[in-house]
Amino acid sequence: MSTEAEHYLSLTNVGIAYDSEQVLSGISFSLQRGEIGCLLGPSGCGKTSLLRAIAGFEPVSEGSITLNKKTISQKRYALPPEQRQIGMVFQDYALFPHLNVIENVKFGLHGLSRSESDTRSLYLLEQIGLIDKKLVMPHELSGGEQQRVALARALAPQPKLLLLDEPFSNLDVELRDSLGEQVRGLLKQTQTTAIMVTHDQHEAFAMADSIGVIENGALLQWDSAYAIYHQPINAFVADFVGQGVMLHGQMISSTEVQTTLGCFERKSIAATIDNIQAGDQVKVLIRPDDIIHQDSSELTAKVVARHFRGAEFLYHLELDNRERVLALVPSHHDHAINEKIGIRLEIDHVVVFK
Amino acid sequence: MAYFKRFSIWQLLLVLMSLPTMLALVGVLTAWLDIDLSVLSHLFEFVIPNAVLNTLALVLCVALATVVIAVISAWLTTVCDFPGRAFFSWALILPMAIPGYVMAFALVGALEYTGSFQTYLRESFSLSLLLPDIYSFGGVVLALSLTLYPYTYLLVKNAFQTQGKQSLEVGQSLGLSTLQSFWRVSLPQARPWIVGGSLLVMMETLADFGTVSVFNYDTLTTAIYKSWFSLFSFQSALQIASLLLLFVVVVSLLERQSRHKQRFTNSRNTVQARSRILLPSLYAYFACAFCGVIFFIGFVLPIGQLLLWAIPHLSLEITDQFWRYMLGSFSLSLLAMTIITAFALLLAFAARTQNSYLANWSVKISTLGYALPGTVLAVGLLAPIAAIDHYLARLGFATPLLQGSMVVMLLAYSVRFMAVAFSPIENNLMRVTPSIDAVSRSLSVSGLSMLRRVHFPMIRVGVLTAMVLVFVDVMKELPITLMTRPFGFNTLAVRIYELSSEGLWQRAALPALAIVLVGLIPVVILILRADKVQQ
Repeated sequence: MSTEAEHYLSLTNVGIAYDSEQVLSGISFSLQRGEIGCLLGPSGCGKTSLLRAIAGFEPVSEGSITLNKKTISQKRYALPPEQRQIGMVFQDYALFPHLNVIENVKFGLHGLSRSESDTRSLYLLEQIGLIDKKLVMPHELSGGEQQRVALARALAPQPKLLLLDEPFSNLDVELRDSLGEQVRGLLKQTQTTAIMVTHDQHEAFAMADSIGVIENGALLQWDSAYAIYHQPINAFVADFVGQGVMLHGQMISSTEVQTTLGCFERKSIAATIDNIQAGDQVKVLIRPDDIIHQDSSELTAKVVARHFRGAEFLYHLELDNRERVLALVPSHHDHAINEKIGIRLEIDHVVVFK
Repeated sequence: MAYFKRFSIWQLLLVLMSLPTMLALVGVLTAWLDIDLSVLSHLFEFVIPNAVLNTLALVLCVALATVVIAVISAWLTTVCDFPGRAFFSWALILPMAIPGYVMAFALVGALEYTGSFQTYLRESFSLSLLLPDIYSFGGVVLALSLTLYPYTYLLVKNAFQTQGKQSLEVGQSLGLSTLQSFWRVSLPQARPWIVGGSLLVMMETLADFGTVSVFNYDTLTTAIYKSWFSLFSFQSALQIASLLLLFVVVVSLLERQSRHKQRFTNSRNTVQARSRILLPSLYAYFACAFCGVIFFIGFVLPIGQLLLWAIPHLSLEITDQFWRYMLGSFSLSLLAMTIITAFALLLAFAARTQNSYLANWSVKISTLGYALPGTVLAVGLLAPIAAIDHYLARLGFATPLLQGSMVVMLLAYSVRFMAVAFSPIENNLMRVTPSIDAVSRSLSVSGLSMLRRVHFPMIRVGVLTAMVLVFVDVMKELPITLMTRPFGFNTLAVRIYELSSEGLWQRAALPALAIVLVGLIPVVILILRADKVQQ
């Protein structure tokens, strides 16, 4: 466990309220220097408000935000955004339309000599691969290029923290993946601490070291991408992140659960938290990758629907008790609807909810 | 409690800005506080019926004439192709630069029996053809229609352009001929713009004072002027103004409504050169002749007539007095331009920071004045100003303090032209999104330096546009200047009015040319800008 001293950005019990209506409450998490965090949640959950509070555009109604050992927001106090040295990249990029690419990048460079600011902005343009377009006006750039200029502009003054609000939502899908990788590379290379807001789990997985799932103004879970996917803390997180179904089960001891697919043992850590005891009726999360297709298996299920995805099929399978599960199967296993196929389970993390 | 906390200096400013317009409206309504029955019965017996009928007849005929001219010429220059199309496409906007009161006496001078054009026709071709008498109702309609049709022309042209070629092609694929697709596809689709344009024309016709004066054609605006300056009954001027206001309100409400229906559908797919309909030769001659005649009577003839009058006496007319009028006009326009643009900037920024019910209404009221005729504004503002002077007199000030000063005139201008300055600025300011502000602050650029480095560069074009438009509008403005100017203060417009109402058209030609020249500035800018959009 890391100690408090190592935390570069910390939010402690932060709440936000507009006109006495509570939007967010009890938000606590922290990032270390150079770490990339992501706030993931459905639209309207309050994640953008949280980002704006960190940037200094919204006051906090409770709790505190500290950056590099300095409190920047707490109740009735907010350091103005212009004094925070926190960079921002907006969904609409918000490039200054009257300035060309390099002038945009230089905009936030203060107190540097001309040659210093030239060097800095040219270096960043080099990094984002737009050095040839340094004199082009923003409206002549494509969406992806505008996005990269907005990123370079935000990084130019070497901000203490970079905030990205749905940075890829205006781009088409292919561009999102490649740009996500580029952005992550650039942030790691410049050792920039960053927080991104998104409603898209793939973006979150691609970019972030830590992910926080927010719903209805509360931070449900703050964890690594792996843990968020495989050890979701409740049914909402399980459902929002990744695909999967819930099977009925019954606890036969405090750690063992009986389902129609067999008996599984829970890992001890999770079991202590939620007070589930022997005899409880529970739901068990089954991810599509938990189910392996094996022709020789005695356990079978009927194909009720199938989606071809190129490298694999996503099969909807019906079990003998009419419960359904999903299975990802390599696409050379081409089975017809209503066919019965053999399956095997390979569950590393048994996730059980009440 | 929360409401008062948010009542900031900006809100106060917004309310203050809407005050002059409210003052003028309330001023007009005070007409009915003090009713002198003998005067009123005189008004209703001898003045109002005639003025109302004349006004309505004029409004309807001008609206009709402008629609016919504008729709045909817009269709020809946008959708069809014929020799001279590219030229007429922009040249047909030019008559906009000639104020109605100039168009009127120039046309009369050229087209009356002893006028230059008729004389020329008679002598050159020994034609004994008799043009209809220009000094008639038809003449008023002609003069007004020629200065006002460009409003509708521009709107309808825009509509035809953005309809795209697809709608025409759909019509043709369904077996319609060119003319049929004009009637059944293009025209119905352009209806909101046609209606909007003609309602604008109606508003301008209701407001017109100068053109009808030249023809001695009595309307509500001239009735307001005469009641005050000939009958010396300010009260009845106010009463007539309130009647005119009623018409204006109806028309501008309709205009506001029609604007909601003007939606551009497929603006990317505009009419391009290759998709234009090439007219067969006979039709092409007709098209060329139609546009040619409009352009000739609307621009070449009046300008030619003015030159014909002005040039022989140039050395006699360019006197110290002429320069004084020029100076008066320019300094007044500059002053009004500075004040109104500054107010419009404040208004736009205030409206941007305050997104409340109160703010929205304040902006609506402040920009309402463009619909109010100058004559109505002049008397409407003078009523409360006189009351204030009266009050000041009782306090022992030497009065009249405000009446007859520049204050009334500038107030009236700012009411009338606030919308003209506000809309280009607001248009530009809309590009400054909240995230632009946020980005700037996150890069440690805030306050005045954000204003200088972000806001001002982004709205510069809008501010310049506002300045040019206000400058030119104030210079062309007649009734407000005529009715509220300080004693002895003269402008080119007033000089033209005085000379032309005495029939001294020849002498009015030079100041008229000066005004037309200034009026051409925004028209040329408009043409160049439209050209840029096309490419």
